Amino acid sequence: MEDVGLGMTWYLPVVWALLLSVAIAMYVVLDGFDLGIGILSPFARSDSEKDQMMSSVAPFWDGNETWLILGGGGLFVAFPLAYSIVMPALYLPVIFMLLSLVFRGVAFEFRHVAESSRFLWNISFAAGSTLAAFFQGVLLGGFVQGIKVANNAFAGGPLDWATPFALLCGLGVVAGYALIGSVWLIMKTEGRIAVRARMQARILLPVVLIFMGIVSLWTPIAFPRIAERWFTTPNLFYLAPVPIVTLILAGLVWRWLEDGHEHMPFFGVIGLFLLGYIGIGISIFPYLIPPSLTVWETAAAPASQVFTLIGTVFMLPVILGYTAFVYWLFRGKVREGEGYH
Amino acid sequence: MEFDPVILARIQFAFTVSFHIIFPSFTIGLAAYIATLEVLWMTTGHERYHRIARFFTKIFAVSFGMGVVSGIVLSYQFGTNWSHFSHVVGNVIGPLIGYEVLTAFFLEATFLGIMLFGWNRVPRGLHVFASLMVALGTSLSAFWILSANSWMQTPAGHTMIDGVAHPTDWLNTIFNPSFPYRFAHMVTACYLTTAFVVLAVGARYVYQGRYAEDARTMMRMAIGLIAILAPIQAFIGDSHGLNTLQYQPAKIAAIEAHWGTEDDVDNSVPLVLFAWPNEETESNDYQIAVPHLGSLILTHSWDGKIPGLKEFAREDRPPVAIPFFAFRVMVGMGLLMIAVGWLGAFLLWRRRLFETDWYLAPLQYVWPIGFITILSGWFVTEVGRQPWVAYGILRTADAISPVDGWAVATTLVLFVLVYGVVFSGGIYYINRLIVRGPEGAAVEPPSGVPNRPLTSANEATRQAISTTTGE
Ligand code: HDD
Ligand code: HEM
Ligand code: HEM
Repeated sequence: MEDVGLGMTWYLPVVWALLLSVAIAMYVVLDGFDLGIGILSPFARSDSEKDQMMSSVAPFWDGNETWLILGGGGLFVAFPLAYSIVMPALYLPVIFMLLSLVFRGVAFEFRHVAESSRFLWNISFAAGSTLAAFFQGVLLGGFVQGIKVANNAFAGGPLDWATPFALLCGLGVVAGYALIGSVWLIMKTEGRIAVRARMQARILLPVVLIFMGIVSLWTPIAFPRIAERWFTTPNLFYLAPVPIVTLILAGLVWRWLEDGHEHMPFFGVIGLFLLGYIGIGISIFPYLIPPSLTVWETAAAPASQVFTLIGTVFMLPVILGYTAFVYWLFRGKVREGEGYH
Repeated sequence: MEFDPVILARIQFAFTVSFHIIFPSFTIGLAAYIATLEVLWMTTGHERYHRIARFFTKIFAVSFGMGVVSGIVLSYQFGTNWSHFSHVVGNVIGPLIGYEVLTAFFLEATFLGIMLFGWNRVPRGLHVFASLMVALGTSLSAFWILSANSWMQTPAGHTMIDGVAHPTDWLNTIFNPSFPYRFAHMVTACYLTTAFVVLAVGARYVYQGRYAEDARTMMRMAIGLIAILAPIQAFIGDSHGLNTLQYQPAKIAAIEAHWGTEDDVDNSVPLVLFAWPNEETESNDYQIAVPHLGSLILTHSWDGKIPGLKEFAREDRPPVAIPFFAFRVMVGMGLLMIAVGWLGAFLLWRRRLFETDWYLAPLQYVWPIGFITILSGWFVTEVGRQPWVAYGILRTADAISPVDGWAVATTLVLFVLVYGVVFSGGIYYINRLIVRGPEGAAVEPPSGVPNRPLTSANEATRQAISTTTGE
């Protein structure tokens, strides 16, 4: 890290780290509600309710999942060294997550054609979504708790990630996705499903807050490097508002749920997600492989980062544009018995 | 038990990528076919184009879904299984894959929503546009990923600094020496593959006497395409081979099972039709060969010579048997495709196509031919590249991740099980859609109207029809 002036080699990795966090945040929010619907699907009373729940995300799930490819691909593009350390370190949970996504993804198409074997794809949808969410949480935990590195390569064992902390994060993400799934259903469906979703959201909101609380207490206690970052001035002053704003927003979401708002809970929960996300980001930056390698040490050659950045600057607005267009096209509620197919 | 992580990682990657490519092979062609049908429907107004497009869109949805989920697995496997590869060539390969995500994946995945669910919701023109965008997306995706793969075959536009590849010239990297050939060969291969599936479905209906109008249109379109593309493909393949001879001579030597000219008759390269390559004795057992023909094909001269395998150090030689046999399967199938296409075109011209049972009956089962050929072609290309993963830059054995053998073995078993289930399900459901046929696909109520009861009524009718026709 000799070159920490304010040249390109300083800015580029920072810009890429930001872009990457945006891609991952997009993924977490967008695929979050798809997966949440999978997690909640066993609570549907009938097959037609399941149809309706799945129809509310069917036109979008594939586009949503593409943000995951951008997240993984972006890491490969901008920080190949980090990619080559994280993936082997989290080998098993990454592959378990991918296989879960396989089950959830094919369920959309197979279930539609299946007749007597439909129940199998209902199970595949619910279990695939739940496990994918769980392993994404485990990945997050495994990443935050740190990765053992020697000579620019992963130097730990295949089960290093399996700690109580990572498993807790796994459960937390399942609850979080279920929450965002439920507020999506409040917005996009009506009748019994929407009523039930409102009830589920009121149960899940406190559960998610408890998980956020435990993780926020656990990280500084278990990982002194994070405590140091949080509790020294001036960081303390920048960080203190995060939990306060989180609590205020949670209170608002609760009110909106009570008062029968249809759209606000969804956007409120997105806000909660982003706050949690910013909290994690602040605890980690500028490390990409905590606790040893920074964004600068793992960055791709500047020529590679610039080349892809140009494409990103042009393409990202286009992508956001047509994504918004498709959401707009399929706006409104999915009525009972209505499928898009 | 001791597990060798290199062998396991190779088997795992070969398995997952082979599984994946089955779906793009079909969806790249099918997306273009559906877009063509919709444009025809717009311009001519014939309802049959609409029916066929809708019918194949349902099949497309199932295949595309499987292509997407298996592709996501692959994009992470560069890191999980080949982390050292990612580090060494990431500067060059990474951006190509990044561009694939930015220009292709989002495009196809997003417009897919309109294509599948927009039939009753959006104006006709917008639907046609969405289908065109999906088709464009799949072709762009092929463009970038084939560029990445071609770079691994024939690297260009980079320098090595401290053992890591750094880009120097992106145009040379993207349009590296083997890329134009590989792209043309692969896209043509996808179109042929799809045409054979469409042909088989059409033949099945014509033979069974169902959906006469739609089925004949399918067959006509497919035969026209095959009769033209199959010979072009042989020509592209030949040029591709000449390019490979220039950049990867050891691969060509393996493809031809050519150990060296000194022990051949007349000091020229024969064309080996059949042999059992023996890596111990460095020669072929049971060889049947045509003298001089190899020289003629590869160097376009009677006595031309190409390097034999013996001229390469043992540790720089690819395995011989797989490229040798897989190549013969590919070319054999290619010639068969030309025969089928021309025969069909002849029958069509004589107006006998739809009555010629001896042609129609076997044609129903011809759908897998493209998939087999594409897999054979990739086995030639990838095994022939060994022992390198990025030719001349990085050996496969050095590309591996620091992951324990047992972890790779566990996930390999899981992949085989999961993909086995998913693949059987996919084939089963696609076949069910084909049995239901195009008419079932188009009879659907407009949106906003509860459609359950109607759909189930259709279902019942269909079942009644299929039981009487013995499906
Ligand atoms: C010649 C074409 C071709 C080849 C060689 C490959 N793919 Fe592929 N891939 C496609 C053509 C394609 C495709 C046509 O774009 C998709 C979209 C759906 C499908 O069936 O195939 C696809 C889907 C797809 C997806 C999901 C994209 C989405 O959500 O739409 C990913 C992440 C990958 N692929 C990644 C890979 C990787 C890492 C490969 C090499 C090792 C690879 N593909 C080989
Ligand atoms: C899509 C069709 C493809 C098929 C069927 C295919 C097939 C294979 C096979 C059989 C191997 C194993 C070779 C061996 O170990 O002996 C292999 C290896 C590999 N291929 Fe491909 N491949 C395809 C496309 C690609 C593409 C597009 C890329 C990269 C952009 C790629 C990258 C690799 C890598 C990294 C390896 C592992 C290292 C190695 O064994 O050489 N492949 N592939
Ligand atoms: C009929 C004559 C054909 C010839 C002479 C031919 C020649 C070749 C050669 C030389 C290669 C290896 C290139 C390399 O790795 O450097 C190749 C690869 C390949 N072939 Fe063919 N081919 C023929 C037909 C076909 C057909 C009909 C298909 C599919 C429908 C096909 C699909 C492929 C694929 C998918 C690959 C791997 C990708 C690539 O490297 O382009 N080929 N072919």
